[in-house]
Amino acid sequence: MMTSHIPVGARAAVEISALQKTFRSVRGSIQALAETSLTVQPGEFLSIVGPSGCGKSTLLSLIAGLDRPSAGTIRIDGQQVSGPHESLGVVFQRDLLFDWRTVLDNVLIQVEMRGLAPKAHAPMARKLLEMVGLQDFHGRYPRELSGGMRQRVSICRALVHNPTLLLMDEPFGALDAISRDRLNVDLDRICSETKKTVIFITHSIAEAVFLGDRVVVMSPRPGRVVADIAIEAPHPRDLSFRETPEFAGYARQVRRIFEAEGVL
Amino acid sequence: MRAPLARRVASSSLFLGLVSLVCAAVLWQLAVTIFPIKSYLLPSPVAIGTAMVIQFPYQAQHAVVTLREVLVGFGLAVLIGIPTAVAITFVPVVEKLFYPILVATQAVPKVAVAPLFLVWFGFGEAPKVAMAVVIAVFPVIVDTAVGLRAIDPDMVRLARSMQAGPFKTFWKVRLPVALPNIFAGLKMAMTFSVIGAVVGEFVAGTSGLGYLIQAATGTLQTTVAFASVVLLSFMGIVLFLIVEAFERIFVSWHPSMDRLY
Repeated sequence: MMTSHIPVGARAAVEISALQKTFRSVRGSIQALAETSLTVQPGEFLSIVGPSGCGKSTLLSLIAGLDRPSAGTIRIDGQQVSGPHESLGVVFQRDLLFDWRTVLDNVLIQVEMRGLAPKAHAPMARKLLEMVGLQDFHGRYPRELSGGMRQRVSICRALVHNPTLLLMDEPFGALDAISRDRLNVDLDRICSETKKTVIFITHSIAEAVFLGDRVVVMSPRPGRVVADIAIEAPHPRDLSFRETPEFAGYARQVRRIFEAEGVL
Repeated sequence: MRAPLARRVASSSLFLGLVSLVCAAVLWQLAVTIFPIKSYLLPSPVAIGTAMVIQFPYQAQHAVVTLREVLVGFGLAVLIGIPTAVAITFVPVVEKLFYPILVATQAVPKVAVAPLFLVWFGFGEAPKVAMAVVIAVFPVIVDTAVGLRAIDPDMVRLARSMQAGPFKTFWKVRLPVALPNIFAGLKMAMTFSVIGAVVGEFVAGTSGLGYLIQAATGTLQTTVAFASVVLLSFMGIVLFLIVEAFERIFVSWHPSMDRLY
């Protein structure tokens, strides 16, 4: 595929300390996140894997500044998070594309919302679309694309403003297995070329090990970090990595932790 | 390969619609010719057509009056209705104060209030425009409010994650999402505006097609009345299609605009 000419810019470091989140409602309160502490190095790809309801999406919301913690702090590059960070890109589980805008305009909405100049970012948008193989679809509308293609557009949208931190919340969960594998490979390639700091949430052990430099395992609710495993394998990785004994070893480690936690 | 022109024309909805209208007119003509129906009860299509042609300048004068009332009524309904819907959706105080009154007045048949409008506004165009506004504003408010509320909360989260403030979120996300519903409300509002103008003319009119229908039936000039009805229907259909044309421009991206066949 194409090499990127995307500049390797600054990469964010994330520090989470003693983070807790409890949701209160009329029916009582639910503790989504028990005391959690975590550090992410600049340029690192961190996979967070955990069972449903373990609070991993809550954790992402808190880092993204979309929600406030009940206790603890989150710092991005030393600054405490008080709202959505300006150099943040988020990819959600659903593509959430705007049906009334073309593919290119959907990528550029990120820039428009932040008050930046769309024209200045159009070349970057085009490069990103080319990197994910959608260079012929600039003028098309989301309804003309498949699910996998739409999610690729949303990834481009999250990267167009060259963020220092990329958050991804089970971005491939709604896709078929083949699209998922392809996007895993494409994402790994893009992230290794642009060397962004990435926090990637998934409930797939294989996906977490395949993509991550580190895999953090979370316990069932209330979620907390129960393991932190370094994945020693160079990037970019192709699907054959999944057939190596090293891969199996890492996956086994995570699986054993899940079994110990009663998840599997 | 596209089907030959003849077949495409034969299956187009416009052609078939015209065919069914022509058939109905022919059956009507036959019925009036064969059966002894008094012409002041049910005139023949030929008589109506003749009257329309002969009286066209006269009917057109009245049609322009009605058209003006309809358009002003529609315009005011939109100018009042959409901001009201926005206020109801986003300002809790307004919703609590306004919505119960809105629901209550919707239950009142507004046409029953038409004579009151004569008392309040006198003769002239005001009572007719007021009638049109009062009926047409309701679908605009309700459909716009529904459309604004129907937004996927994840879309709002997405906008917030992109550091969008409330105004940007409104213009670039909430409003486009609401447009299909808003246009549904506008189409109804146009139809209701015509009804309102005509009812206003029945009660307080000295000109306009509604007045003409009432005056003509009052003197048993049924043919003239029918001619006005046909002209009024034509006007209503054209206005509705114009709103639909705008809808096609602004909402072409929505699945509801796809052809079903």
